[in-house]
Amino acid sequence: MIGLLVRRNLLFILMSLEVMVNAAGLAFVVAGASHGQADGQVMFIFILAVAAAEVAVGLALVLLLYHRYRTLDVDMASQLRG
Amino acid sequence: MLDLVWLIPALPLAGFLLLALFGPRLSRRAVALVGAGVVLASAVVSWLVAYSFLTSPPPGASYTQNLWTWMDVAGFQPRMALYLDPLSLVMMLVVTSVGFLIHWYSTEFMAGDEGYSRFFAYMNIFVASMLVLILGDNLLLLYLGWEGVGLSSYLLIGFWYTDPANGRAARKAFYVTRVGDTAMSVGLFLLFTQFGTLQIQDLMRKAHDQWGMVPPGGIATAAGLLLLGGACGKSAQLPLQVWLPDAMAGPTPTSALIHAATMVTAGVYLIARTHVLFEISPTAELAVAVVGAATLIVAGFSAMTQWDIKKSLAFSTISQIGYMFLALGVGAWSAAIFHFVTHAFFKALLFLGAGIVIEACHHEHSMFKMGGLRKELPVAFWTFTIGGCSLAGLPLVTAGFYSKGLIIWSAYASKGGALGLWAAAVFGALLTSIYTFRMIFLTFFGEAKSEVVKRPGTAMKVPVMILAFFAVVAGFVETPGFLGGVRVFSDFMSQALPDAVPRGSLAMSEWGSEAVVTLVFFAGLVIAYYFFLKKPALQEFVTAPAAGRALHRFWFSDWGMDWLYDKVFVQPILWFARINKSDFIDAFYGAVAAVTRALWVILRSTQTGRVRWYAAVVVAGTVLFVALALYL
Repeated sequence: MIGLLVRRNLLFILMSLEVMVNAAGLAFVVAGASHGQADGQVMFIFILAVAAAEVAVGLALVLLLYHRYRTLDVDMASQLRG
Repeated sequence: MLDLVWLIPALPLAGFLLLALFGPRLSRRAVALVGAGVVLASAVVSWLVAYSFLTSPPPGASYTQNLWTWMDVAGFQPRMALYLDPLSLVMMLVVTSVGFLIHWYSTEFMAGDEGYSRFFAYMNIFVASMLVLILGDNLLLLYLGWEGVGLSSYLLIGFWYTDPANGRAARKAFYVTRVGDTAMSVGLFLLFTQFGTLQIQDLMRKAHDQWGMVPPGGIATAAGLLLLGGACGKSAQLPLQVWLPDAMAGPTPTSALIHAATMVTAGVYLIARTHVLFEISPTAELAVAVVGAATLIVAGFSAMTQWDIKKSLAFSTISQIGYMFLALGVGAWSAAIFHFVTHAFFKALLFLGAGIVIEACHHEHSMFKMGGLRKELPVAFWTFTIGGCSLAGLPLVTAGFYSKGLIIWSAYASKGGALGLWAAAVFGALLTSIYTFRMIFLTFFGEAKSEVVKRPGTAMKVPVMILAFFAVVAGFVETPGFLGGVRVFSDFMSQALPDAVPRGSLAMSEWGSEAVVTLVFFAGLVIAYYFFLKKPALQEFVTAPAAGRALHRFWFSDWGMDWLYDKVFVQPILWFARINKSDFIDAFYGAVAAVTRALWVILRSTQTGRVRWYAAVVVAGTVLFVALALYL
């Protein structure tokens, strides 16, 4: 989470995001195991699928951003300010 | 056969739906076929119904067809029901038959117009609404038709909407009739609160029982006067007549159908339908007679000064409806309906004839720029002359002579009659004769002033010939006592409307009254002949002095009514609107807008465009809410 907040490189932000998603998944599995139920593992499969989709979109965004600004610094891409 | 009645309004309505939905995609031939065809079908059904009504009269000379209950609110149950009696039967036959002839004429008249299917859609919805108005069994259904014809009148006056003047004329007609409609709806509320029903026959019975015995109170008079207000708006009577001359902005067949033959007589129908109320209240009845008598003279003077042939006819329509109101006011109910029938024939004929003339002269409306069209347009000349003679009341042979003679006689001889009303009606007949022959002489006689660019085809000639035939023979169903005394019409009408009650001790016989009418007809003819054909210099002689010119201008502008209404109503309301442009309520809504704008300025500063900042806010928010959830 710290990585998400302090990094300015979009690639590192995405990596931090992946770690956080996996951490959430791990929490589900652990909670499921402690209750002796399979639901936690089922949720993890869902999270895995969502994470895969998210990465596909995220990497596409990274490519587009790089094409437009020639940099991966997210603070440069702040033209949508009000 | 009587149960086919529902088809009569349903057919034109179906035609309207068809043309409104698919009109632009149909060929012109198909549009004409649908538009005129449904009205023909409706007319055929009407005649079948009329035949069956006459050969095997239903009990009580009336027939009600209940279709469904419209609504059911706290005991108020207006029905969708059609009511047929001699009064509605006659109105229905005239509307569908004259309506069909005018539709037929329009197939050619409107042939070059790009809004061809739109025109027929409007005309069909008009016929459907008019039939609902006539056949409605309760006043609410009648009001539905009443507003329906108002709407189609508005749409057709503004038919050529690209010219702003036509749009203004349409709006004016709508506003002015709305004044009358408001009075009428208040009248309906009043009747409903008194009797708890709007079903016309019930209402009339209850009114008769409740109000008929004791001397009439103010409420009966108020109800009558409010209904009279509605009738004045729709029928263009004093003081609400100002919209009709402007309504001539619409296509000529519209003027013939809506603003001459049928819609403008809706007020006459309304008063005849609710005649019990007027019999109860002599004040209201006298008001009807006075309005009629005043209108017929005022409009007669105005008709004499117009240069536009259609406006002259419009004032003539106002004046003739004044005669009908006069007849209603003196209690000669069937005479009013008789004049409605003959007027529908000859006035539709005159307008259609004027349409031929106007189209022949490059859409020229000014009579002073026409002239000598007698040889160029023989059909138009003969039919227009027949219509004009009927309007002015050429003795013995025309329908107008019999219907108008009957009204003039009734204005003197029936219960509500008086010598003053009779004199007004006779003077009106003189004016009618003058302005009618002025139109004929200026348009068809004298030297030719414009070339004829378009000659009417079959679809325009045949309807005017048929109408000319009826403008002559329609009068023979009712003749005065000394001319055979045929009473077919009033005998038939007496099943629905009471007979005119004669008053005693008369100083004049019917023969004398008709003789005076004949005399003024020829007097008018001679005056018009000298002024507008033989010695046009006489016109100069009258209008040259300042007084003559001022009077001419006064009459030309409809007795300054437009100017008066502009000063009394329009300008003050505009002024009021101007000074109220930024009032308290407006300030409130202005404040709402200002607050919203301030919030926008504040909130937009959070939109920095920095993704990490957004993420941090999300995190902080999550932490905050989790903390709240845990510790509270």
